[in-house]
Amino acid sequence: MTPEDGVAAIRVENLCLELTGGEPVIDDVSFEVAPGEILGIVGESGSGKTTVALALLGFTRPGVSITGGSIHVGGQTIVGQGAGTPRSLRGKVISYVPQDPGGALNPSLRVGDGILDVLRAHQARTVGEDSVRAALSRVELSHDFRRSYPHQLSGGQQQRVTIAMATVCEPPVAVLDEPTTGLDVLTQEKVLAELLRLRDEERMAMVYVSHDLAVVAKIADRILVMYAGRVLEDGPTDDVIELPRHPYTKALVSAIPDFHNPRALHGITGVAVGVGEWPTGCAFAPRCEHRLNRCEEAVPELLVTAPQHRARCWRWQELTTNGHPAAVVRPSETTVPPMPLLEVSGLEARYRSGRTDRPAVQRVSFAVEQGRCVALVGESGSGKSTIGRCIAGLHVPTAGRILFEGDELAGHARSRPLQIRRRIQIVFQNPFESLNPRHRVGSSIERPLRVLRRLPRSAAEQEVGQLLERVRLPKRLEERFPVELSGGERQRVAIARALAARPDLLICDEVTSALDVSVQAAVLELLQELRRELGLSMLFITHNLGVVACIADSVLVMDRGSICETGPVGTVLSAPSHDYTRRLLEAAPCLRESAVGVGAP
Amino acid sequence: MSGRLRFLRTPSGAVGFGILVLVLLVAVLGPYVAPHSATAPIGAPPFTGPSTSAPLGTDFLGRDVLSRLLSGGRSVIGLAAAATGLAYLMGLAIGLAAGYSRSIVDPLLMRTVDVMLAFPPLLFLLVLIAGAGSSVGVLVLGVAVIQAPGISRIVRTATLEVSERGYVEAAVARGERAVAVITREVLPNISAPVLVDAGLRFTFSILIIASVNFLGLGLQPPSSDWARMIGENRAYISLNILAVIAPAAMIAILTIGVNLVGDAIARSLGRSYVPRGIRSPAA
Repeated sequence: MTPEDGVAAIRVENLCLELTGGEPVIDDVSFEVAPGEILGIVGESGSGKTTVALALLGFTRPGVSITGGSIHVGGQTIVGQGAGTPRSLRGKVISYVPQDPGGALNPSLRVGDGILDVLRAHQARTVGEDSVRAALSRVELSHDFRRSYPHQLSGGQQQRVTIAMATVCEPPVAVLDEPTTGLDVLTQEKVLAELLRLRDEERMAMVYVSHDLAVVAKIADRILVMYAGRVLEDGPTDDVIELPRHPYTKALVSAIPDFHNPRALHGITGVAVGVGEWPTGCAFAPRCEHRLNRCEEAVPELLVTAPQHRARCWRWQELTTNGHPAAVVRPSETTVPPMPLLEVSGLEARYRSGRTDRPAVQRVSFAVEQGRCVALVGESGSGKSTIGRCIAGLHVPTAGRILFEGDELAGHARSRPLQIRRRIQIVFQNPFESLNPRHRVGSSIERPLRVLRRLPRSAAEQEVGQLLERVRLPKRLEERFPVELSGGERQRVAIARALAARPDLLICDEVTSALDVSVQAAVLELLQELRRELGLSMLFITHNLGVVACIADSVLVMDRGSICETGPVGTVLSAPSHDYTRRLLEAAPCLRESAVGVGAP
Repeated sequence: MSGRLRFLRTPSGAVGFGILVLVLLVAVLGPYVAPHSATAPIGAPPFTGPSTSAPLGTDFLGRDVLSRLLSGGRSVIGLAAAATGLAYLMGLAIGLAAGYSRSIVDPLLMRTVDVMLAFPPLLFLLVLIAGAGSSVGVLVLGVAVIQAPGISRIVRTATLEVSERGYVEAAVARGERAVAVITREVLPNISAPVLVDAGLRFTFSILIIASVNFLGLGLQPPSSDWARMIGENRAYISLNILAVIAPAAMIAILTIGVNLVGDAIARSLGRSYVPRGIRSPAA
């Protein structure tokens, strides 16, 4: 399956894109994808991966234009000398599957009509029900789905419909932009299996764009690592994962939590460079611990490091070492269990929205001991967030008790005593919504100091700086508005706001799920550190089993509102006793497993 | 922040703002530069055409149209502004209470608002004036009551959306009082949709007050309100057309100016008001 045997399905040569102002966005990107091959493009937010993916369809975002290079897809020229109109090729030769299927499907069109629209745009008007049936069966949806509206489908079904629309004209090439981000692991696994089947049975070539190396490793035959608009590394999946040549790739690999083989996570220090602030040398040099003077002077060339493997680093030979970072040393599980700080018994809560009123949590009991981290794991809709909200006093349970140091907590935060409100803090999932966009960072952090700790203004202002330092942010950020911060920085601010209250129990509700993997690692590192230094107890709510392995002492697995398995992390992840836990574990993308098996062509 | 005045950079914003300033200047400074009294005849016969002493001619009582025009803007703009302001006080209170409460208060308030919306606005105002008599207070209150339901619905929708955000929940979890949460966390974040709507509401207030004055049910003679001037002179439009056209043009220009500025503000807020996605796009 090398690009040489036969015509490449995609050939991109020296692709360059610029902003209207002349700042480069994509610099000299070249790659090939053979028929029946999946290329994974990996990078952090802002690396240019989506820009490249869209360029494959001859499309650029407003303000960006293609200034050089050529793109050939399925024997047709999309960009470059003699390029035809991309519109007629889209869908027929190359198709696109977007990240958010809910937003990509027209809510007023039935699924079948949506698929017919694509067909009519490219083929004779006479196409009929048979093609729709074939398109739906290709993604294993029954023909009845043609009558459904998008809102009647689950997220996974919606994504399958967008894949059906993308494949209905049987294009030889498909571009997938984060198609499973935002889907449950179990749903994600089904979508990935679908894509692999299309690759094998229809010999489709695919470009799979994602920030999550673990997912890409699971599906791609080859991986292209992008950073600041350039290719940093490009090679066969196993090779890239097992023996990364570029320090950046290495950093990405070690940022991925691995539940088979938990190890200390290392975030990448610093922030990814944005468009228009590229340094003269290697763009990664400012964040690279192996940089030489030479790295900062000129951009390294893309060097061939092995057959089919290229890396853009001067020092790849000396830096390439086998092996992964050391395993995490978990606190021994034999110590006498300390006092429970929080006890939940028989908790029941209902979820009300409009006319629906359904149980969200059913008879849940557990405890969080002093200084321990308990993880609450489950898919979306399993009720795990509702439990966190009940403890924080944001959702009133219908039955059961929540005890904090033996005292029963009132349902509403407002009716709890000040000291309880101070000692229980919550950090929310979406850092883009958890900070008030109209308040400066400093004033957001200052609020709990004033309200919960009753500090006078001057003392509060002083402590804001210390808190920012504590979460590894420069003090000058206190003058900024949240809009000016990156996702990782915002989540750190949200953590600082929670720490401002000097809590004993920190509820972390999916705090890393909206972040890039490298940023996630850095946030987890920070939380671990804070736990050690401040003796925090944590309730860590997440759907990511890899994250659980890195941070938690014990796990509660939730399925449809009740706890189905509980135990120490090591036991639950290595020897799950419940069926549902086993299914979750199998579906979770993980580097080691994929490096051994699935990814290989 | 220069962001506040960003709307001036668009052509429609700049033109609209220019018109608005001009009309406001006329309304505020007009009475001081008027050549004659606005309420007393100037000694010329009624309906003379334009002359040197009366550039826009005289009206049905022989008063100077220009002087009346110069002093007739205050009531239109002042009453409309007062009514709109009062309407916003009521609308914000109802909308915030309904949107934030998440209890029986919400449907109770909203159904009441729906009933209010069912009344034809002008008819409601006329019935009110017929019952309570014609005074500035009744006029302002009436228009505010007509406007408040619509405002409260917009405020409620915006509040519902914002109050699910993490920063509001964080404030609730801190146990802050509802008033503090609403003023600190909710109100600043619903200002965009509310502002976008405000221009249109102001225009509507101007038009409905003008309608009532035109019908002679609002301000009473000898006040020199623009709408009254149209009403007084409309029967004699063939004798001095300027006595009708000039005040009508002023009202038209004023509403156009307000609308242009409102649109420009809406558009300038538009981009930053759109909530940013979870994953900001790779540029």
